Amino acid sequence: MIEPIIQFVDVHKSFEGANGSVQKVLKGVNLSIRPGMTTVIGGASGQGKSVAIKLILGLMKPDSGKILVEGRDITVMGTRELNEIRSNFGVVFQGVAPFDSMTVFENVALPLQEKTKLSVQEIKERVMGSLEQFDLVGHEDKFPAQLSGGMLKRVGLARALQLQPRIMLFDEPTTGLDPARSLEIYRLFYKIQREMEYTSVIVSHDIPKIFNLADQVVVMHEGMAKVFSSSEEIQWSNDPIIQDFVQMTMGHIYQSTAENE
Amino acid sequence: MQIVLRQIENLGKNTLYHISDLGGMGQFFFYSIRGIFKRPFRFAALLKEIKFIGAHSFVVIFFTAAFTGMVLGVQGYYTLSKFGSEGLLGSAVALTLIRELGPVLTALMVTGRAGSAMCAELGIMRMTQQVDALECMAIDPYRFLIAPKFLATLVAVPLLTLLFDVVGIFGGYLTGVKLLGVNPGAFFSGMESSVLNKDINLGIIKSFVFAFIIVWICTGRGFLLFKSRSGFGAGSVSRATTQAVVLSSITVLLWDYLLTAMLL
Repeated sequence: MIEPIIQFVDVHKSFEGANGSVQKVLKGVNLSIRPGMTTVIGGASGQGKSVAIKLILGLMKPDSGKILVEGRDITVMGTRELNEIRSNFGVVFQGVAPFDSMTVFENVALPLQEKTKLSVQEIKERVMGSLEQFDLVGHEDKFPAQLSGGMLKRVGLARALQLQPRIMLFDEPTTGLDPARSLEIYRLFYKIQREMEYTSVIVSHDIPKIFNLADQVVVMHEGMAKVFSSSEEIQWSNDPIIQDFVQMTMGHIYQSTAENE
Repeated sequence: MQIVLRQIENLGKNTLYHISDLGGMGQFFFYSIRGIFKRPFRFAALLKEIKFIGAHSFVVIFFTAAFTGMVLGVQGYYTLSKFGSEGLLGSAVALTLIRELGPVLTALMVTGRAGSAMCAELGIMRMTQQVDALECMAIDPYRFLIAPKFLATLVAVPLLTLLFDVVGIFGGYLTGVKLLGVNPGAFFSGMESSVLNKDINLGIIKSFVFAFIIVWICTGRGFLLFKSRSGFGAGSVSRATTQAVVLSSITVLLWDYLLTAMLL
Protein backbone atom coordinates (compact mmCIF):
# COMPACT_ATOMS: atom_id res chain seq x y z
CA MET A 1 0.00 0.00 0.00
CA ILE A 2 1.22 3.50 -0.82
CA GLU A 3 2.17 5.58 2.20
CA PRO A 4 -0.19 8.59 2.53
CA ILE A 5 1.49 11.98 2.12
CA ILE A 6 -0.90 13.76 4.48
CA GLN A 7 -2.75 12.02 7.25
CA PHE A 8 -5.21 13.23 9.93
CA VAL A 9 -5.42 10.95 12.95
CA ASP A 10 -8.39 11.60 15.24
CA VAL A 11 -8.14 15.39 14.93
CA HIS A 12 -10.29 17.56 17.16
CA LYS A 13 -10.58 21.34 16.92
CA SER A 14 -12.94 23.76 18.59
CA PHE A 15 -13.24 27.53 18.73
CA GLU A 16 -14.46 29.79 21.45
CA GLY A 17 -17.30 32.05 20.35
CA ALA A 18 -17.73 35.68 21.33
CA ASN A 19 -20.09 34.89 24.22
CA GLY A 20 -17.92 32.15 25.67
CA SER A 21 -19.69 29.29 23.90
CA VAL A 22 -17.47 26.57 22.45
CA GLN A 23 -18.06 25.48 18.88
CA LYS A 24 -16.65 22.09 17.97
CA VAL A 25 -15.62 22.21 14.32
CA LEU A 26 -13.71 18.94 13.95
CA LYS A 27 -14.71 15.98 16.09
CA GLY A 28 -12.25 13.23 15.46
CA VAL A 29 -11.38 13.53 11.79
CA ASN A 30 -9.45 10.66 10.16
CA LEU A 31 -8.23 11.22 6.66
CA SER A 32 -5.50 9.97 4.33
CA ILE A 33 -4.29 11.82 1.25
CA ARG A 34 -2.26 9.75 -1.18
CA PRO A 35 0.66 11.21 -3.10
CA GLY A 36 0.13 12.37 -6.67
CA MET A 37 -3.65 12.31 -6.31
CA THR A 38 -6.22 15.06 -6.26
CA THR A 39 -8.35 15.16 -3.15
CA VAL A 40 -11.37 17.42 -3.05
CA ILE A 41 -12.69 18.44 0.35
CA GLY A 42 -16.32 19.44 0.08
CA GLY A 43 -19.12 20.23 2.48
CA ALA A 44 -21.44 23.05 3.41
CA SER A 45 -20.05 26.32 4.75
CA GLY A 46 -18.83 26.32 8.32
CA GLN A 47 -18.03 22.60 8.40
CA GLY A 48 -14.32 23.08 8.88
CA LYS A 49 -12.99 22.82 5.33
CA SER A 50 -10.74 25.85 5.57
CA VAL A 51 -9.76 24.85 9.10
CA ALA A 52 -8.49 21.57 7.66
CA ILE A 53 -6.25 23.48 5.23
CA LYS A 54 -4.92 25.72 8.00
CA LEU A 55 -4.17 22.64 10.10
CA ILE A 56 -2.22 21.03 7.25
CA LEU A 57 -0.18 24.24 6.90
CA GLY A 58 0.49 24.44 10.62
CA LEU A 59 -1.18 27.88 10.81
CA MET A 60 -3.38 26.40 13.54
CA LYS A 61 -2.82 23.64 16.03
CA PRO A 62 -5.49 21.00 16.71
CA ASP A 63 -6.84 20.53 20.25
CA SER A 64 -5.90 16.86 20.04
CA GLY A 65 -4.89 14.31 17.43
CA LYS A 66 -2.04 14.09 14.97
CA ILE A 67 -1.46 15.55 11.55
CA LEU A 68 1.23 13.68 9.66
CA VAL A 69 2.91 15.15 6.59
CA GLU A 70 5.17 12.60 4.93
CA GLY A 71 5.01 10.57 8.12
CA ARG A 72 6.09 13.40 10.44
CA ASP A 73 3.72 14.88 13.01
CA ILE A 74 3.55 18.63 12.37
CA THR A 75 1.55 19.43 15.51
CA VAL A 76 4.61 18.98 17.72
CA MET A 77 7.11 20.74 15.46
CA GLY A 78 9.03 23.94 16.10
CA THR A 79 9.07 26.81 13.63
CA ARG A 80 12.25 25.68 11.90
CA GLU A 81 11.05 22.14 11.17
CA LEU A 82 7.65 23.47 10.20
CA ASN A 83 9.27 25.84 7.70
CA GLU A 84 11.16 22.89 6.26
CA ILE A 85 7.87 21.03 5.73
CA ARG A 86 6.19 24.16 4.39
CA SER A 87 8.79 24.53 1.68
CA ASN A 88 7.12 21.49 0.08
CA PHE A 89 3.79 23.28 -0.03
CA GLY A 90 2.27 25.65 -2.52
CA VAL A 91 -0.87 27.42 -1.37
CA VAL A 92 -3.54 29.43 -3.13
CA PHE A 93 -5.75 31.08 -0.54
CA GLN A 94 -9.42 31.82 -0.94
CA GLY A 95 -8.76 35.49 -1.71
CA VAL A 96 -5.37 34.55 -3.25
CA ALA A 97 -3.74 36.85 -0.65
CA PRO A 98 -1.56 38.70 -3.16
CA PHE A 99 0.94 41.16 -1.68
CA ASP A 100 -1.09 44.15 -2.69
CA SER A 101 1.66 46.73 -2.55
CA MET A 102 3.77 44.72 -4.99
CA THR A 103 3.29 44.32 -8.73
CA VAL A 104 2.34 41.04 -10.38
CA PHE A 105 5.99 40.48 -11.31
CA GLU A 106 7.21 41.14 -7.77
CA ASN A 107 4.55 38.83 -6.34
CA VAL A 108 5.56 35.93 -8.54
CA ALA A 109 9.27 36.63 -8.09
CA LEU A 110 9.14 36.83 -4.29
CA PRO A 111 9.50 33.09 -3.49
CA LEU A 112 12.49 32.88 -5.85
CA GLN A 113 14.12 35.99 -4.37
CA GLU A 114 13.64 34.82 -0.82
CA LYS A 115 14.21 31.09 -1.09
CA THR A 116 16.72 30.58 -3.89
CA LYS A 117 20.13 31.97 -4.78
CA LEU A 118 19.25 32.67 -8.40
CA SER A 119 20.61 35.84 -10.00
CA VAL A 120 18.34 38.76 -10.86
CA GLN A 121 18.50 37.81 -14.53
CA GLU A 122 17.63 34.15 -13.91
CA ILE A 123 14.71 35.15 -11.70
CA LYS A 124 13.47 37.50 -14.38
CA GLU A 125 13.61 34.78 -17.02
CA ARG A 126 11.82 32.26 -14.87
CA VAL A 127 9.11 34.66 -13.78
CA MET A 128 8.47 35.87 -17.33
CA GLY A 129 8.34 32.24 -18.43
CA SER A 130 5.67 31.37 -15.93
CA LEU A 131 3.74 34.58 -16.61
CA GLU A 132 3.61 33.47 -20.20
CA GLN A 133 2.44 30.01 -19.18
CA PHE A 134 -0.40 31.56 -17.19
CA ASP A 135 -1.31 34.07 -19.86
CA LEU A 136 -0.31 37.07 -17.78
CA VAL A 137 2.22 38.70 -20.10
CA GLY A 138 1.57 42.43 -20.37
CA HIS A 139 0.18 42.58 -16.86
CA GLU A 140 3.47 42.18 -14.97
CA ASP A 141 3.62 45.83 -13.90
CA LYS A 142 0.03 45.96 -12.69
CA PHE A 143 -0.94 45.81 -9.05
CA PRO A 144 -3.27 43.08 -7.77
CA ALA A 145 -6.11 45.57 -7.30
CA GLN A 146 -6.03 46.28 -11.04
CA LEU A 147 -6.63 42.65 -12.04
CA SER A 148 -9.82 40.68 -12.62
CA GLY A 149 -10.73 37.77 -10.36
CA GLY A 150 -9.60 35.11 -12.81
CA MET A 151 -6.26 36.82 -13.45
CA LEU A 152 -5.70 37.14 -9.72
CA LYS A 153 -6.23 33.41 -9.27
CA ARG A 154 -3.69 32.76 -12.00
CA VAL A 155 -1.20 35.08 -10.29
CA GLY A 156 -1.75 33.13 -7.07
CA LEU A 157 -1.21 29.86 -8.89
CA ALA A 158 1.95 31.14 -10.60
CA ARG A 159 3.33 32.38 -7.27
CA ALA A 160 2.55 29.11 -5.51
CA LEU A 161 4.21 27.00 -8.20
CA GLN A 162 7.52 28.91 -8.37
CA LEU A 163 9.38 26.61 -5.98
CA GLN A 164 8.03 23.41 -7.55
CA PRO A 165 6.00 22.27 -4.54
CA ARG A 166 5.15 18.63 -4.02
CA ILE A 167 1.82 19.42 -2.39
CA MET A 168 -0.57 22.10 -3.65
CA LEU A 169 -3.40 23.36 -1.48
CA PHE A 170 -6.25 25.36 -2.96
CA ASP A 171 -8.81 27.03 -0.74
CA GLU A 172 -11.97 27.69 -2.76
CA PRO A 173 -10.16 28.27 -6.07
CA THR A 174 -13.24 29.31 -8.01
CA THR A 175 -15.23 31.35 -5.51
CA GLY A 176 -16.35 34.59 -7.08
CA LEU A 177 -15.65 33.49 -10.66
CA ASP A 178 -18.24 33.02 -13.37
CA PRO A 179 -18.74 29.46 -14.73
CA ALA A 180 -16.53 30.03 -17.81
CA ARG A 181 -13.66 31.33 -15.68
CA SER A 182 -14.07 28.47 -13.21
CA LEU A 183 -13.78 25.96 -16.03
CA GLU A 184 -10.70 27.73 -17.27
CA ILE A 185 -9.12 27.47 -13.81
CA TYR A 186 -10.02 23.76 -13.59
CA ARG A 187 -8.49 23.11 -16.99
CA LEU A 188 -5.35 24.91 -15.88
CA PHE A 189 -5.23 22.78 -12.70
CA TYR A 190 -5.50 19.64 -14.70
CA LYS A 191 -2.83 20.67 -17.19
CA ILE A 192 -0.32 21.87 -14.61
CA GLN A 193 -0.79 18.85 -12.41
CA ARG A 194 -0.11 16.59 -15.37
CA GLU A 195 3.14 18.47 -15.93
CA MET A 196 4.33 18.82 -12.37
CA GLU A 197 2.81 15.73 -10.75
CA TYR A 198 2.16 17.27 -7.37
CA THR A 199 -0.36 16.09 -4.82
CA SER A 200 -3.28 18.44 -4.75
CA VAL A 201 -5.84 19.20 -2.08
CA ILE A 202 -8.74 21.37 -3.18
CA VAL A 203 -11.28 22.78 -0.78
CA SER A 204 -14.38 23.67 -2.70
CA HIS A 205 -18.12 23.76 -2.64
CA ASP A 206 -18.27 24.00 -6.41
CA ILE A 207 -19.97 20.63 -6.52
CA PRO A 208 -20.44 18.59 -8.71
CA LYS A 209 -18.16 20.32 -11.26
CA ILE A 210 -15.04 19.90 -9.17
CA PHE A 211 -15.65 16.13 -8.89
CA ASN A 212 -14.33 15.64 -12.40
CA LEU A 213 -10.88 16.57 -11.13
CA ALA A 214 -10.97 14.39 -8.04
CA ASP A 215 -9.44 11.00 -7.38
CA GLN A 216 -10.90 11.10 -3.92
CA VAL A 217 -13.69 13.17 -2.41
CA VAL A 218 -13.95 14.03 1.26
CA VAL A 219 -17.25 15.32 2.56
CA MET A 220 -17.08 17.24 5.82
CA HIS A 221 -20.23 17.15 7.89
CA GLU A 222 -20.86 17.85 11.56
CA GLY A 223 -17.21 17.64 12.42
CA MET A 224 -16.59 14.30 10.70
CA ALA A 225 -14.95 13.51 7.38
CA LYS A 226 -16.37 10.87 5.06
CA VAL A 227 -14.15 9.67 2.27
CA PHE A 228 -15.37 8.52 -1.15
CA SER A 229 -13.37 7.31 -4.08
CA SER A 230 -15.68 8.70 -6.76
CA SER A 231 -18.62 10.98 -7.24
CA GLU A 232 -20.85 7.99 -8.11
CA GLU A 233 -20.10 6.49 -4.74
CA ILE A 234 -21.37 9.66 -3.11
CA GLN A 235 -24.56 9.69 -5.12
CA TRP A 236 -25.37 6.08 -4.24
CA SER A 237 -24.41 6.37 -0.58
CA ASN A 238 -27.02 5.12 1.91
CA ASP A 239 -25.77 7.40 4.64
CA PRO A 240 -28.61 9.84 5.42
CA ILE A 241 -26.14 12.67 6.04
CA ILE A 242 -24.55 12.20 2.65
CA GLN A 243 -27.96 11.85 1.00
CA ASP A 244 -28.89 15.17 2.54
CA PHE A 245 -25.68 16.66 1.26
CA VAL A 246 -26.26 15.30 -2.25
CA GLN A 247 -29.81 16.65 -2.22
CA MET A 248 -28.61 20.01 -1.04
CA THR A 249 -25.70 20.48 -3.41
CA MET A 250 -26.62 18.67 -6.57
CA GLY A 251 -30.18 17.61 -5.94
CA HIS A 252 -31.82 19.78 -8.54
CA ILE A 253 -29.50 18.61 -11.32
CA TYR A 254 -30.15 14.94 -10.75
CA GLN A 255 -33.81 15.48 -10.10
CA SER A 256 -34.25 17.18 -13.44
CA THR A 257 -32.51 14.35 -15.30
CA ALA A 258 -34.80 11.90 -13.54
CA GLU A 259 -37.81 13.91 -14.57
CA ASN A 260 -36.64 14.04 -18.16
CA GLU A 261 -36.48 10.30 -18.22
CA MET B 1 -26.01 37.75 43.70
CA GLN B 2 -25.91 37.02 39.98
CA ILE B 3 -24.80 40.57 39.25
CA VAL B 4 -21.98 40.39 41.78
CA LEU B 5 -20.79 37.07 40.38
CA ARG B 6 -20.86 38.42 36.86
CA GLN B 7 -18.81 41.44 37.91
CA ILE B 8 -16.19 39.16 39.49
CA GLU B 9 -16.21 36.98 36.37
CA ASN B 10 -15.71 40.03 34.14
CA LEU B 11 -12.91 41.28 36.34
CA GLY B 12 -11.14 37.95 36.01
CA LYS B 13 -11.74 37.82 32.27
CA ASN B 14 -10.41 41.34 31.77
CA THR B 15 -7.35 40.68 33.87
CA LEU B 16 -6.57 37.51 31.93
CA TYR B 17 -7.14 39.32 28.63
CA HIS B 18 -4.76 42.14 29.53
CA ILE B 19 -2.09 39.77 30.81
CA SER B 20 -2.23 37.66 27.66
CA ASP B 21 -2.31 40.82 25.51
CA LEU B 22 0.79 42.11 27.26
CA GLY B 23 2.44 38.72 26.87
CA GLY B 24 1.58 38.71 23.17
CA MET B 25 3.11 42.17 22.74
CA GLY B 26 6.21 41.06 24.64
CA GLN B 27 6.59 38.04 22.42
CA PHE B 28 6.05 40.25 19.38
CA PHE B 29 8.84 42.57 20.55
CA PHE B 30 11.22 39.65 21.06
CA TYR B 31 10.51 38.13 17.64
CA SER B 32 10.84 41.54 15.97
CA ILE B 33 14.26 42.18 17.48
CA ARG B 34 15.30 38.66 16.48
CA GLY B 35 13.97 39.36 12.99
CA ILE B 36 16.39 42.29 12.65
CA PHE B 37 19.35 39.94 12.93
CA LYS B 38 18.04 37.27 10.56
CA ARG B 39 19.47 36.93 7.08
CA PRO B 40 18.95 37.85 4.24
CA PHE B 41 18.80 41.48 5.25
CA ARG B 42 16.25 43.56 3.33
CA PHE B 43 18.25 46.68 2.63
CA ALA B 44 15.98 48.03 -0.11
CA ALA B 45 12.94 47.67 2.15
CA LEU B 46 14.80 49.49 4.94
CA LEU B 47 15.56 52.44 2.65
CA LYS B 48 11.95 52.54 1.52
CA GLU B 49 10.73 52.65 5.13
CA ILE B 50 13.26 55.35 6.07
CA LYS B 51 11.99 57.36 3.14
CA PHE B 52 8.40 56.92 4.28
CA ILE B 53 8.90 57.43 8.02
CA GLY B 54 11.74 59.95 7.80
CA ALA B 55 11.90 61.89 4.56
CA HIS B 56 8.15 62.13 4.07
CA SER B 57 7.75 63.46 7.62
CA PHE B 58 10.12 66.34 6.86
CA VAL B 59 7.45 68.90 6.01
CA VAL B 60 5.24 68.03 8.98
CA ILE B 61 8.16 68.20 11.39
CA PHE B 62 9.48 71.39 9.80
CA PHE B 63 6.24 73.31 10.24
CA THR B 64 5.48 71.90 13.69
CA ALA B 65 8.99 72.87 14.81
CA ALA B 66 8.88 76.32 13.22
CA PHE B 67 5.60 77.29 14.84
CA THR B 68 6.51 75.75 18.19
CA GLY B 69 9.79 77.70 18.20
CA MET B 70 8.00 80.90 17.20
CA VAL B 71 5.46 80.51 19.99
CA LEU B 72 8.23 79.77 22.48
CA GLY B 73 9.99 82.96 21.34
CA VAL B 74 6.90 85.08 21.95
CA GLN B 75 5.80 83.39 25.19
CA GLY B 76 9.35 83.28 26.54
CA TYR B 77 9.85 86.95 25.78
CA TYR B 78 6.58 87.87 27.50
CA THR B 79 7.52 85.93 30.67
CA LEU B 80 11.20 86.88 30.77
CA SER B 81 10.55 90.57 30.15
CA LYS B 82 8.59 90.63 33.42
CA PHE B 83 11.87 89.92 35.17
CA GLY B 84 13.90 92.09 32.83
CA SER B 85 15.91 89.13 31.62
CA GLU B 86 15.05 88.97 27.90
CA GLY B 87 18.69 88.07 27.28
CA LEU B 88 18.00 84.56 28.57
CA LEU B 89 15.45 83.94 25.78
CA GLY B 90 17.97 81.94 23.69
CA SER B 91 18.74 79.49 26.48
CA ALA B 92 15.09 79.16 27.46
CA VAL B 93 14.00 78.34 23.91
CA ALA B 94 16.90 75.97 23.24
CA LEU B 95 16.63 74.05 26.52
CA THR B 96 12.87 73.66 26.23
CA LEU B 97 13.20 72.36 22.71
CA ILE B 98 16.22 70.12 23.13
CA ARG B 99 15.24 68.57 26.46
CA GLU B 100 11.51 68.35 26.10
CA LEU B 101 9.50 69.55 23.15
CA GLY B 102 11.77 68.31 20.37
CA PRO B 103 11.66 64.60 21.26
CA VAL B 104 8.04 64.62 22.47
CA LEU B 105 6.44 66.54 19.63
CA THR B 106 8.47 64.67 17.02
CA ALA B 107 7.35 61.37 18.54
CA LEU B 108 3.72 62.47 18.56
CA MET B 109 3.86 63.71 14.96
CA VAL B 110 5.55 60.51 13.77
CA THR B 111 2.96 58.43 15.64
CA GLY B 112 0.15 60.29 13.93
CA ARG B 113 1.68 60.25 10.49
CA ALA B 114 3.72 57.05 10.17
CA GLY B 115 2.64 54.97 13.19
CA SER B 116 -1.00 54.96 12.18
CA ALA B 117 -0.02 54.06 8.61
CA MET B 118 2.18 51.15 9.75
CA CYS B 119 -0.58 49.81 11.98
CA ALA B 120 -3.24 49.99 9.27
CA GLU B 121 -0.94 48.44 6.67
CA LEU B 122 -0.06 45.47 8.84
CA GLY B 123 -3.66 45.10 10.01
CA ILE B 124 -4.87 44.87 6.42
CA MET B 125 -2.09 42.42 5.56
CA ARG B 126 -3.17 40.24 8.46
CA MET B 127 -6.83 40.50 7.50
CA THR B 128 -6.28 39.60 3.84
CA GLN B 129 -4.12 36.57 4.77
CA GLN B 130 -0.94 38.14 3.35
CA VAL B 131 0.84 37.35 6.62
CA ASP B 132 -0.37 33.74 6.39
CA ALA B 133 0.84 33.62 2.79
CA LEU B 134 4.32 34.68 3.93
CA GLU B 135 4.34 32.02 6.64
CA CYS B 136 3.27 29.38 4.14
CA MET B 137 6.19 30.32 1.91
CA ALA B 138 8.37 29.74 4.99
CA ILE B 139 9.29 33.46 5.00
CA ASP B 140 9.58 34.86 8.52
CA PRO B 141 7.07 37.76 8.60
CA TYR B 142 9.01 39.42 11.44
CA ARG B 143 12.14 39.61 9.33
CA PHE B 144 10.25 40.46 6.16
CA LEU B 145 7.71 42.99 7.40
CA ILE B 146 8.53 44.17 10.90
CA ALA B 147 12.34 44.41 11.01
CA PRO B 148 12.65 47.12 8.31
CA LYS B 149 10.02 49.21 10.09
CA PHE B 150 11.79 48.82 13.45
CA LEU B 151 15.17 49.85 12.09
CA ALA B 152 13.79 52.66 9.97
CA THR B 153 11.94 54.20 12.92
CA LEU B 154 15.06 53.94 15.10
CA VAL B 155 17.04 55.79 12.42
CA ALA B 156 14.41 58.34 11.44
CA VAL B 157 13.00 59.53 14.78
CA PRO B 158 16.31 60.74 16.33
CA LEU B 159 17.19 62.51 13.07
CA LEU B 160 13.78 64.14 12.89
CA THR B 161 14.19 65.19 16.53
CA LEU B 162 17.46 66.94 15.71
CA LEU B 163 15.78 68.63 12.76
CA PHE B 164 12.96 69.71 15.07
CA ASP B 165 15.45 71.23 17.54
CA VAL B 166 17.31 73.23 14.89
CA VAL B 167 14.22 74.51 13.10
CA GLY B 168 12.55 75.30 16.43
CA ILE B 169 15.52 77.35 17.62
CA PHE B 170 15.44 79.38 14.41
CA GLY B 171 11.69 79.84 14.88
CA GLY B 172 12.42 81.29 18.33
CA TYR B 173 15.14 83.47 16.81
CA LEU B 174 12.71 84.77 14.23
CA THR B 175 10.12 85.99 16.75
CA GLY B 176 12.48 86.78 19.65
CA VAL B 177 15.21 88.62 17.78
CA LYS B 178 13.73 89.77 14.49
CA LEU B 179 10.24 90.60 15.71
CA LEU B 180 10.61 91.54 19.38
CA GLY B 181 14.12 92.95 19.24
CA VAL B 182 16.12 90.75 21.63
CA ASN B 183 19.87 91.17 21.11
CA PRO B 184 21.02 88.44 18.71
CA GLY B 185 24.40 88.12 20.42
CA ALA B 186 22.74 87.58 23.81
CA PHE B 187 20.30 85.09 22.23
CA PHE B 188 23.01 82.80 20.88
CA SER B 189 25.73 83.25 23.50
CA GLY B 190 23.25 82.52 26.30
CA MET B 191 22.29 79.39 24.42
CA GLU B 192 25.88 78.31 23.99
CA SER B 193 26.72 78.67 27.67
CA SER B 194 23.56 77.06 29.07
CA VAL B 195 23.01 74.08 26.76
CA LEU B 196 25.27 71.27 27.97
CA ASN B 197 26.14 67.95 26.39
CA LYS B 198 24.00 66.36 29.06
CA ASP B 199 20.91 68.14 27.71
CA ILE B 200 21.56 67.03 24.17
CA ASN B 201 22.16 63.46 25.32
CA LEU B 202 18.90 63.46 27.24
CA GLY B 203 17.06 64.59 24.12
CA ILE B 204 18.65 61.90 22.00
CA ILE B 205 18.06 59.12 24.54
CA LYS B 206 14.44 60.19 24.73
CA SER B 207 14.06 60.13 20.98
CA PHE B 208 15.46 56.56 20.79
CA VAL B 209 13.15 55.34 23.55
CA PHE B 210 10.17 57.03 21.89
CA ALA B 211 11.08 55.46 18.57
CA PHE B 212 10.98 52.02 20.20
CA ILE B 213 7.63 52.76 21.80
CA ILE B 214 6.06 54.04 18.58
CA VAL B 215 7.20 51.21 16.34
CA TRP B 216 6.53 48.49 18.90
CA ILE B 217 2.99 49.55 19.72
CA CYS B 218 1.96 50.59 16.21
CA THR B 219 3.28 47.56 14.35
CA GLY B 220 2.24 45.22 17.18
CA ARG B 221 -1.39 46.36 17.28
CA GLY B 222 -1.64 45.89 13.52
CA PHE B 223 0.23 42.62 13.29
CA LEU B 224 -1.66 40.98 16.18
CA LEU B 225 -4.99 42.22 14.85
CA PHE B 226 -7.16 39.16 15.59
CA LYS B 227 -5.54 38.44 18.91
CA SER B 228 -6.70 41.73 20.38
CA ARG B 229 -10.27 42.67 21.16
CA SER B 230 -10.58 44.85 18.10
CA GLY B 231 -12.79 42.15 16.51
CA PHE B 232 -12.92 41.29 12.82
CA GLY B 233 -13.39 42.99 9.48
CA ALA B 234 -12.61 46.50 8.26
CA GLY B 235 -13.77 47.97 11.58
CA SER B 236 -11.10 46.02 13.41
CA VAL B 237 -8.33 47.74 11.45
CA SER B 238 -9.71 51.18 12.24
CA ARG B 239 -10.14 50.30 15.90
CA ALA B 240 -6.64 48.84 16.10
CA THR B 241 -5.20 51.96 14.46
CA THR B 242 -7.01 54.30 16.85
CA GLN B 243 -5.89 52.16 19.75
CA ALA B 244 -2.29 52.14 18.52
CA VAL B 245 -2.13 55.93 18.15
CA VAL B 246 -3.75 56.62 21.53
CA LEU B 247 -1.71 54.00 23.35
CA SER B 248 1.61 55.00 21.86
CA SER B 249 0.98 58.74 22.45
CA ILE B 250 0.16 58.13 26.10
CA THR B 251 3.11 55.77 26.54
CA VAL B 252 5.43 58.36 24.99
CA LEU B 253 4.22 61.01 27.44
CA LEU B 254 4.50 58.61 30.39
CA TRP B 255 8.07 57.65 29.46
CA ASP B 256 8.91 61.28 28.88
CA TYR B 257 8.12 61.92 32.52
CA LEU B 258 9.94 58.80 33.73
CA LEU B 259 13.08 59.53 31.70
CA THR B 260 13.18 63.17 32.76
CA ALA B 261 12.80 62.17 36.41
CA MET B 262 15.46 59.46 36.11
CA LEU B 263 18.05 61.33 34.06
CA LEU B 264 17.63 64.88 35.33
